[in-house]
Amino acid sequence: MGLELLKYPEMEEDNVLNFTDSEIVSHVKDALTSVLSGDNNSYNQLVGVMHHSKHLAPDEVALLETTLKALAGAVSSIDITHHDSLLSAIFSMSMWNYGPHVADALAELIVSLAISNGKYLDLCLRMLVSNFTPPPYFLDKLKLSRGLERKGQVLSRVHAAFKKIADYVPLAPLRLLTVVLQGMPTIYHKDRAILIYVENMLKLESGEIGELVGSTMLMAVVDRLIELDVEIGWDAILQDDFSKGIFEMELEDVDDIDECSEPDVGEFRLSRKSLAGNSIAELLDNLLVLTFEHLESCEREGRLAKVFETLLQSFQITVLSAYKSKFTQFVIFYACALDPENCGMSFATMLVELFVQDSQPQPTRMSAVSYLASYLSRAKFLSASFICSMLKRLVDWCLEYCETHNGDLNPNAHRVFYSGCQAIMYVLCFRMKAFVNVPRLRLQLLMPLEQVLKHKLNPLKVCLPSVVEEFSQTGKSCFSFHRVLDTFFPFDPCLLKRCDSFIRPMFVFWSMVKPTYDDAYDDDEDDGSSDDELVRDHVNENEDMMNGWVGKSFDEQGIDMDEFDCELQKMSITPKTTSGHKFGGRMPSRIRPSTSPESL
Amino acid sequence: MEGLSVADANLVVYLHPSKSRNVSQAILRELGSWLFKFSETFDGVLLAYDVNILDKKAQILSGVHPYFAVKLKANLLLFSPKPDMLIEGKVMKLCQESIHVIVLGFSSAIITAENIRGEFKYRNKDEEELFSSKSHKRHVIKVGTMIRFLVKSFDDEILHITGSLMPAHTGSIRWLDRNLEEFSETDRSATKSRDRESLGGKTVDGGATPLSYNNHIKKSKKRRIAE
Repeated sequence: MGLELLKYPEMEEDNVLNFTDSEIVSHVKDALTSVLSGDNNSYNQLVGVMHHSKHLAPDEVALLETTLKALAGAVSSIDITHHDSLLSAIFSMSMWNYGPHVADALAELIVSLAISNGKYLDLCLRMLVSNFTPPPYFLDKLKLSRGLERKGQVLSRVHAAFKKIADYVPLAPLRLLTVVLQGMPTIYHKDRAILIYVENMLKLESGEIGELVGSTMLMAVVDRLIELDVEIGWDAILQDDFSKGIFEMELEDVDDIDECSEPDVGEFRLSRKSLAGNSIAELLDNLLVLTFEHLESCEREGRLAKVFETLLQSFQITVLSAYKSKFTQFVIFYACALDPENCGMSFATMLVELFVQDSQPQPTRMSAVSYLASYLSRAKFLSASFICSMLKRLVDWCLEYCETHNGDLNPNAHRVFYSGCQAIMYVLCFRMKAFVNVPRLRLQLLMPLEQVLKHKLNPLKVCLPSVVEEFSQTGKSCFSFHRVLDTFFPFDPCLLKRCDSFIRPMFVFWSMVKPTYDDAYDDDEDDGSSDDELVRDHVNENEDMMNGWVGKSFDEQGIDMDEFDCELQKMSITPKTTSGHKFGGRMPSRIRPSTSPESL
Repeated sequence: MEGLSVADANLVVYLHPSKSRNVSQAILRELGSWLFKFSETFDGVLLAYDVNILDKKAQILSGVHPYFAVKLKANLLLFSPKPDMLIEGKVMKLCQESIHVIVLGFSSAIITAENIRGEFKYRNKDEEELFSSKSHKRHVIKVGTMIRFLVKSFDDEILHITGSLMPAHTGSIRWLDRNLEEFSETDRSATKSRDRESLGGKTVDGGATPLSYNNHIKKSKKRRIAE
């Protein structure tokens, strides 16, 4: 009854307010205070207005807007117990349902509530955070231009509201952190909800209160990425039949950069194909792309160095220790690519430092060096001299290790050392060509390395045969395999489609650095197809070897899947049990030496 | 300003064995996590600390996780506004219904219209909102003014103060200090003795040493100017 006063359809015609703002506010205040004396009529009408949300006629919209504005002025009269129906109506309103004016009024009301009383602060923040994601019916409309427009309207108001609240309640960002983290959709929610939620988290990072909440947001995003990453089983990526092999896929990828159509069944893009239907992979792909785009905007704003500090920390805590993270590490790869001189170099330096510190736990050191090896090999944006200097540190460390460890020859005792050697050889396989112009390479790097390899600790015997094979170019088949090292080359080609398009331009594919030391083959180039086949075979095998997917190498060696699964349960770099002589000295068919004479 | 005090405390901090490599860093981290939070033990919000390790030897507790107990001596700066205390803060927002204040840069305070004495009238002059006194023309409160107000209540979870401008000696500090000097002094000495009593049994061990008021006011003013 009292509220009918607020309905003035004349307003539309001649824009004349029959009541002043303060009159409306005092009217609303009366409605609120009358509840305390038992008269609920006006109050119930107020609540009714709040609940009316769908298909509003213009005068209803005006009424809602006016009511919200009046409430904003009357917050001091709102009581948390007596007016709980009104409050719950307000807190369940979604800005996505309304146009810009009502959204403005609603945001204003929320801000007023939040700053008026500590009791409402958390509730208001939660209401705003719940507006990160649209109501379910709206999720589909997000792709339409109308949906995007509404999204922009809502999110800009939500984030502006955070800033306003933070201006008047300095400790609000701290509470906001908790609310945002608690409200994160789990990975089993509708995927688009996570996407837009993470988009908001990144927006907070780059927003006006970014300094206060940014690093926590970033770390939470990386945590969520890892959670998704871990959900994608390795069996989704591996295949049983390696008749052509993934190297071929890598080679073909280079040629088919512009082809995004579905590959034929005959082509062996199996890995990517088997991931194609995987909704978690798709979600992870989209989230990673969001993160990449965010990094790009950070770089444009000149903030990348600061953001990188957080990323690095997050990497050390979360990614480095995650068991064989498949794709999340590309976040840091991309950040390094955007700023090779600062980020790119500091990442490698951090990994080297981790490796050489005795005080670090063994799995950490081994993980760090395998990340380093893969990174130095694959990062197109690193200078040869820098890679060389990193390698030199590894070599020097290995040499020193050799000199101080002459006693115990049990391979298990020297796992860190062997992983270091393997890393060096792996990088050299990729980068030897690039080192041609590095001065005094032989003296600084190759000669000490030779000493290391010839030491009685005998790294060549212990490291991954394929790496050794490739490195030594000798195709000697007489190594008996005493595997103590797991294979994990974290920056192997990214199998997520959208991500890959970001990473590709800065990525070294094996095909680009195929063996050039095969002087013998240079002579054969003009020969007939048989030699081409030989080259192809050799290349095939080499690529096989260079491929780091665990299952592949295991599979080649004839290990059954059960044992493979068992291996997966262990930590990232684990010793194979000493009963690992299963293949008893016989060279698996895949890593047979090339039949060309020079290799024997 | 009332509500600020420095306390000497004898503390014991229990650290996880993994922190034993760098104990001082662990202690600073632990104490750092208490900042800007209300502590029941100290009966106040910890604003700053200065800590010394008393003994290099620490007792190891028996149990599944052998935490070790490090004894410390600390100087703590505490903020504990109580009802009827006079607090100072900067006005951030002003409207007919309320005045929003920030105290010491971290605590938010609100003074609602019902708690603003009738002497003050709300005016909106050329888009600038302010409260001006009807009896003293120069006594004006607007955004940016430092005001002194009475504490009505303190929410120790959000560190939110509800305040009041009802008493006569509340309002713009600059105006009050210039025009009510005699009144302010007598008031200060009264509250000083009251405060000393209430600080008596506050710390974990040992007594509190309240700073002299002039020092307090100068310090807090400096901090505000620096903000």
